[in-house]
Amino acid sequence: MEAKPPLRDRIMRRLRAAKEIYEGVYIAPYRSTIHREYLRQHDAFMLLGFSDLLGVPNPIQFYMLESYPALIDEFHEWHVRMGMEHPPEGGFRCC
Amino acid sequence: MSSIVLLVVGVTAFITGFQIYSKFVANKIYKLDPDFVTPAHEFEDGVDYVPTNKHVLFGHHFTSVAGAAPIVGPAIAVIWGWLPAFLWVVLGSIFAGAVHDFGTLWISTRHKGRSIGTLTQSIIGDRARVLFLLLIFFLLLMVNAVFAVIIANLFMANPGAVMPVWGSILVALVVGFLIYRTGAGILLPSLGALAVLYVMIWFGQDLPFSLPDMIGFSPTDAQLATAGGDAAIAAEAATADGQRVGWIVILFAYTFVASVLPVWLLLQPRDYVNGHQLFVALGIIGAGVLFTNPTIIAPAVNTNLPADAPGWFPLLFITIACGAISGFHGLVGSGTSSKQLNNEVDARQVGYGGALGEGTLALTSIIACTAGFAIYAGADGWHEHYGSWAAASAGGTAAFVNGVGVIASGIGIPANVATIFAAVVVISFAATTLDTAIRLQRYIIAELGVEYNIKIIQNRWAATSVAVVSCGLLALGLDRGAGGMRIWPLFGTTNQLLAGLSLLIISLYLMRQRRPAWITLIPMAFLLVMTTWAMFLNLERFLGSDQIMLLVFGAAIFVLEVWLLFEAGAALKRVRAEAATVAGETVSD
Repeated sequence: MEAKPPLRDRIMRRLRAAKEIYEGVYIAPYRSTIHREYLRQHDAFMLLGFSDLLGVPNPIQFYMLESYPALIDEFHEWHVRMGMEHPPEGGFRCC
Repeated sequence: MSSIVLLVVGVTAFITGFQIYSKFVANKIYKLDPDFVTPAHEFEDGVDYVPTNKHVLFGHHFTSVAGAAPIVGPAIAVIWGWLPAFLWVVLGSIFAGAVHDFGTLWISTRHKGRSIGTLTQSIIGDRARVLFLLLIFFLLLMVNAVFAVIIANLFMANPGAVMPVWGSILVALVVGFLIYRTGAGILLPSLGALAVLYVMIWFGQDLPFSLPDMIGFSPTDAQLATAGGDAAIAAEAATADGQRVGWIVILFAYTFVASVLPVWLLLQPRDYVNGHQLFVALGIIGAGVLFTNPTIIAPAVNTNLPADAPGWFPLLFITIACGAISGFHGLVGSGTSSKQLNNEVDARQVGYGGALGEGTLALTSIIACTAGFAIYAGADGWHEHYGSWAAASAGGTAAFVNGVGVIASGIGIPANVATIFAAVVVISFAATTLDTAIRLQRYIIAELGVEYNIKIIQNRWAATSVAVVSCGLLALGLDRGAGGMRIWPLFGTTNQLLAGLSLLIISLYLMRQRRPAWITLIPMAFLLVMTTWAMFLNLERFLGSDQIMLLVFGAAIFVLEVWLLFEAGAALKRVRAEAATVAGETVSD
């Protein structure tokens, strides 16, 4: 038979579960609103950072190239959300 | 009569209902399937559709549906004695309200998480959708007007509650900022906010605030007549009118600002602190009753009714809506909860359990008003406070607040602190409903603007102004706000009608599935008959007392009522005809 984990671990696990429920109740009602707000701000950031892809001159284009590896996943989500199945011409080849 | 007995009988009935009746409904009628892929899984998007732990979802659902209304309704309805209110809250919750909440959550889950509004259109038809929108419009209009009056009255009766209530708004803004702008986590800022709120409540009595009368009304003829010609007393009543109007204007100015702020900044932290308050209030009242067992001095059935009070039958059923059955819950269940249900079988705990939680809140309101308040005021004082229908409507909430003060003093909390605590609880619940309802009204007005191509009201500021001004005018239109509580039965009726519409949708779906529909048809028929009857009596009273504004609103709601009756009749006939056709085809095959 498998030995029961020590009491301390069990208590900690219960406390963690309680904390998750506590935070969940806070987040659940407003999850969509908060997430939309996050996306709105994030979309504005992407638009500023990669405006050259849409034909708007971008003074920080060179520096944004460095962020390429860090932002590649979010870049993909962004152009899909903006209604472009594939990335705009001349930009990152994410898909 | 011992209040412990009443509490224990009520809670035992709720537990029995949950263990037996809800299981019967879940297994035999709604036939919940643990393998059904819920919309939260089917359309999971991390935004609206998110599979959520059932305890989390219960917490969210319960705190969304419970508010000031299940406290205020029973606090007025005990004018007929505690027994009718108790029976309606207990039996209504178990057999109607909880079945309705459970059903709306379930039916929405079975229809891709669609809301009751959309389901009305697809299951009954386009015309019924217009009826639905009108019901929501009236519901929001009245809830805003009536809650503003309730808060103004509580501020005037409890000057010590003013500082904690407005202080808690500042605290909520700080909490919202801490959580979302500095990433401080949720636990510590929320508990800190609660601690600050309780410190403010403790010191509230030392810093009372009474709004000065900035208007200076002259006494009305009615006030002079009531004062028996004593000019000083009449002038006092006119000053109170000025204060009330001042508070109502301030409150609507506040809701204007609050409803256009981002939700994370104010509404979300306030709602969360209120969620804690709900459990703390239930705990304090429950513990107070168990430790002190206050005797219920108020009569079981009040045979000594004031002359102007209508009989309890059928008015009781529109006086207590939330706490027994409320259509508003269906909007929450089908709006957000259904999109987050992890497993269909969780719907029983979330939907049915949430409604019983609200029933328990209504139960504590009955006990606070008939035991706590009766001890505070004495048996004669109780009859004096509930000495007229108008006084019971305007002062029911005050009875609850003072009753909680007496009950809480039994567990060592000073009565005056507990009174402020109770006032803050009711005001906070009502105020967040006000924020949310003005926000919703703004959306509906803007939507109507799009529908009918009216550019101006599509603008956020214009739509909010229309919402605030229309609700404000309704609140102030009845005797300078003093008669605002007379809207309460109309609010109850609209809420019940919305519940009736949802029950009709569930029944039609059950009938199409060839399952027994009596568990929803009986409560629906009961609601429709009782509200129609009660509204008819109300209209007679409004006509007799020359209350033009009430008469107009009452008549509009009565029209919606009759419309719903016809819709129900036609839809049921159609479904029966469909069933007969299918049966005929089966036989001929």
